[in-house]
Amino acid sequence: MDEVINDLIALGKGLSITFRNMLQKPVTITYPENKRKFPARTRGRHVLHRYEDGRERCVGCLLCQGTCPAGAIYIEPAENTKENQVSAGERHARVFDVDLLRCIYCGHCELACPTNAITLENNTAIAGYTRESLLIHKEELLEPKGTATLGSTQAWDPKPPSPSAAEFDGSETSSAAVGQGNRPSRQPGAGH
Amino acid sequence: MTLEALGFFVGVVIKAVLFSVALLTGFAYMTYGERRIVARMQWRVGPNKVGPWGLLQPAADGIKLLFKEQLQPKEAKTFLFVLAPMISLVVALSAYAVIPIDKDPVNLFGYSIEPWVSNPSIAVLYLLGISSLGVYGIILGGWASNNKYALLGAIRSSAQVISYELALGTALVSPLLMVGSLSFRDVVNQQLDHSYLTGDGGWLILAQPVAFFLYWTAAVAEVNRAPFDLPEAEQELGAGYHTEYSGMKFAMFFMAEYVNMFTVSSVATTVFLGGPGGLPVDESQGLLFRLLAHGPHWFLLKVYFFMFVFIWLRATFPRFRYDQLMRIGWQFLLPLGLINLGVTAVGVAMQWKSYQFTLAVASMLVTLIALSMLNRKPEQPDHH
Repeated sequence: MDEVINDLIALGKGLSITFRNMLQKPVTITYPENKRKFPARTRGRHVLHRYEDGRERCVGCLLCQGTCPAGAIYIEPAENTKENQVSAGERHARVFDVDLLRCIYCGHCELACPTNAITLENNTAIAGYTRESLLIHKEELLEPKGTATLGSTQAWDPKPPSPSAAEFDGSETSSAAVGQGNRPSRQPGAGH
Repeated sequence: MTLEALGFFVGVVIKAVLFSVALLTGFAYMTYGERRIVARMQWRVGPNKVGPWGLLQPAADGIKLLFKEQLQPKEAKTFLFVLAPMISLVVALSAYAVIPIDKDPVNLFGYSIEPWVSNPSIAVLYLLGISSLGVYGIILGGWASNNKYALLGAIRSSAQVISYELALGTALVSPLLMVGSLSFRDVVNQQLDHSYLTGDGGWLILAQPVAFFLYWTAAVAEVNRAPFDLPEAEQELGAGYHTEYSGMKFAMFFMAEYVNMFTVSSVATTVFLGGPGGLPVDESQGLLFRLLAHGPHWFLLKVYFFMFVFIWLRATFPRFRYDQLMRIGWQFLLPLGLINLGVTAVGVAMQWKSYQFTLAVASMLVTLIALSMLNRKPEQPDHH
């Protein structure tokens, strides 16, 4: 019987816990109306960036395609011409496809990118009715004309290299000269 | 057939239909209320998308269930397979016929309307008999499905219902012995018209707290609700006896479960909480006082309190093991109920007042606890 009394006390404790929980505010975030704020460097869907003058950052170097462990990126580069200066370098990506079903959102592409052209942003609402709809093309990846963001990696200079740098004549050997953006210059003595 | 008899018959039919509709609406909103309340107990929100605050969720669920495909296993016994959910639902609904939702007949449109469908002198027997028929629906459904999990669930259910019906009956006998009648109307009138201190009235939960506790525990087991929901233990049995049911046939089992909950809550209200009784005021002083004194709203309030307790229990306790279930039923509820019945019988023979019953039951509990303390075995050394 005293065992039973102890059991009954335990039952009462349990009931009081659930009753107190009922008076708590729910922790649910009602999703489509209210969205959770993601940390700044959440790795969601990819975005291709532009410079302030509207040119694309991507120079079609294929480094992201090469480093991608899932083989999710497919690029066809093309030459820039005087009339059609798409990117700030010699070449640009004519085709830039990302297969969101293959991508593992590891972020290697944004680490490999020499011009900060591709970053993973905090759009995590990735869903579609067909496989084709989740193989997204350059038009969907590229940020709209007139916007020039740096994305989640803030260490890059938003300014484009000078237009003349696009014509590589061998006289300059900086990364900006080949359209690879202006990295903050190295401190002397910090490495090679 | 005389005109009066015809009028009586029509009145009963109308009331039966009204009660059924009320119960089924109540069922629909209980599913909504349960989901909302359990959600709040788990810091969630629950269904809130269909209509304002999700209030149309039951309608959406109903439409979905109506249009679902009626699946039936190839080897199922078609006749019994279809019959079983009907038995469950019909039995659950008919049990409600004897519950009075107010004290006296009301005069409305020149007619004297009785607030119950029928008032037989053996109401409690009728209710116990009808509600124990509900197990047929479950066991036939489980057997006709031709599915081993459904059958196991059905067998468990019948074992459970049979075991706990004893405790349920024993728990109900004590208060009914005090009242001296099996009619629910007499039970209500006894509680409301007599005094607790100077007579043998007052809410019977005061005079019979142990019987109330036993009744409630057995009732939860009787309607197969958590923590006694072994017949549909998901981890072991799929969904138990209704594993193979879908669409409206499943909905009928579901309705039967909730209507049974309403029934046992109503019996608990009627027998232990004074049924439609409210505050102890003089009802001859006007309508307001009459509404404060007694009425269907008080009855509903108490029933919904018990329904809330059902939900609360479900949100709190894990399911019992089968051996625990049987041990509680046979070794705890039944002996305690019998001892309580003995004490009550002595009190009735000696014409005690209500408060003397309370004292007697309290001293009975103290004695039992003291005896068990004396009999306690020395602690077993730990095995390493």
